Amino acid sequence: MSVEITRDDVAHLAGLARIQLDDDELDRLGQELPKIIESVATVSQALEGAGEVEPMSHPTPLRNVFREDVVHECLTPEAALAGAPASEEQRFMVPKILGEE
Amino acid sequence: MGGTTDLAELTGAELADALAAGETTSVEATRACLDRIEALDGTLGSFLHVDAEGALAAAAEADERRSAASPASPLDGVPVAVKDLLCTVGQPTTAGSRILEGWVPPYDATVVTRLRRAGLPILGKTNLDEFAMGSSTEHSAYGPTRNPWDTERTPGGSGGGSAAAVAARLAPLAIGTDTGGSIRQPGALTGTVGVKPTYGGVSRYGIVAMASSLDQAGPVTRTVLDAALLHEVIGGHDPLDSTSIDAPVPPVVEAARRGDVAGLRIGVVKELGGEGFQSGVQARFEESVQLLTEAGATVVEVSCPSFAHALAAYYLVMPSEVSSNLARFDAMRYGLRVFPEGVDDPSAEQVMAATRDAGFGDEVKRRIILGTYALSSGYYDAYYGSAQKVRALVARDFGRAFEQADVLVSPTAPTTAFRMGEKLDDPLAMYLQDVATIPANLAGVPGLSLPAGLAEDGLPVGVQFLAPLQADDRLYNAAAALERLLLEKWGGPLLAPSATEEVSA
Repeated sequence: MSVEITRDDVAHLAGLARIQLDDDELDRLGQELPKIIESVATVSQALEGAGEVEPMSHPTPLRNVFREDVVHECLTPEAALAGAPASEEQRFMVPKILGEE
Repeated sequence: MGGTTDLAELTGAELADALAAGETTSVEATRACLDRIEALDGTLGSFLHVDAEGALAAAAEADERRSAASPASPLDGVPVAVKDLLCTVGQPTTAGSRILEGWVPPYDATVVTRLRRAGLPILGKTNLDEFAMGSSTEHSAYGPTRNPWDTERTPGGSGGGSAAAVAARLAPLAIGTDTGGSIRQPGALTGTVGVKPTYGGVSRYGIVAMASSLDQAGPVTRTVLDAALLHEVIGGHDPLDSTSIDAPVPPVVEAARRGDVAGLRIGVVKELGGEGFQSGVQARFEESVQLLTEAGATVVEVSCPSFAHALAAYYLVMPSEVSSNLARFDAMRYGLRVFPEGVDDPSAEQVMAATRDAGFGDEVKRRIILGTYALSSGYYDAYYGSAQKVRALVARDFGRAFEQADVLVSPTAPTTAFRMGEKLDDPLAMYLQDVATIPANLAGVPGLSLPAGLAEDGLPVGVQFLAPLQADDRLYNAAAALERLLLEKWGGPLLAPSATEEVSA
């Protein structure tokens, strides 16, 4: 199974992943990704003749976990904001999120 | 060789005994480790941060408890190193990434809380491939860790820092994490013991997430008993991790002290060995199986045909989870913030993209992009969907194998330690390092790697035991038996040369 992934596809994926790759990185990933994907695409062959298989998302059965709704100790605003790149008035300060071109 | 150096040579259990008998103090033992780190780690690069002050303060408290005959745990006062993927109050947690450079978490991982509560002084944070993505510790943004057996070679990864520190006796005990083999493969490559407990056996709370359905923390030590003692400290239910198993820790210490394989059914996994495995690795593995047979185990061959596709399934499931988990590094609430060049008044999204480009290394970017692709509409069923089905087949193969055998056994890694740089430009060759360890992560079953001797190249080889979900004690029983047989054969433990001391001088 040969895989077609162009440099433009990589640029699109990087956009979705919010990583601003430079030209060299796009070139390199454009070379590497098809090879990696080709090697992992064998998973579909593995299923030939396997019949109906229930997909497994998790090693142990998941169930809802509940707890009593009681107040307990949590981070102070100072601790929560201690690692923030910028903060103001006990809030995370972020670049503009509206009015993008 | 001074008295303090001798203390660093002790195993965790030996040191605990010496502390209990009042023959030494935790402060002396901790200082011995810190001295050794000072002398050797310039060469090895196994620590990203050393907390001498904090460790010595914790050691002094342990000594007070010991003199009052009220130790907090059997390991009270025994120093430990912690992989820099676990959150630690008062010490930076970088995950080996620039994006978290200098970040000091506001809370402890549950594993760290339990180490502190049990009285273990935390020496510092150990090096790793960035976000635990890699098999050589060369993908750390802060420089590689070197293998104490040969400093031109890698210690494996991602937990090369913890493994190298323990192998070189910079610490008797360490914590690692294992998503596809990151505890066990470095264990094999450095001649140390490494255990990946059953998924959910050790809390993931406060551990920087890589692939949440695969990640598991566990012990890195020089002996099976030490691993069991540490496992008991860190294991058990944690309400802060919703996937944590609400059941007692299996009786791992008792099993490690028992070490009796008479009548035990041991399954050799046909698909994990032979072709693609270095001859010296295969030879040490076969000798280990022979020793177990002589000790009364019944050895059967089991077949797990879907394991042939486990690596491919893993490299779809893992990057998919990575692409989602690492979305949290958005330059908004913590960590690095980089503004794009030549943009006036950039938007949050532009800052995010510039930060993630500057803050993530090549392998991390590769996996995020791969995962983004695998989860894209139109490809989802062919890739991620199929991988999840293969995962189910791997679990089914384990189930069938465990009907025929109590534990399974295989070589841990296909080769001994490889040279620095050798696989750095060939991601697929690097990924193959985890071919024998990945099936356990996919199915969630526990695995343990134990040194099995040296290959023809003079480098350590690991043998891996695998057990059913929540039967971690079986690993310790079988491994303790093999360890005893091997020690009798060798006449002593397999220790990395201390020659690195000269190198650093």
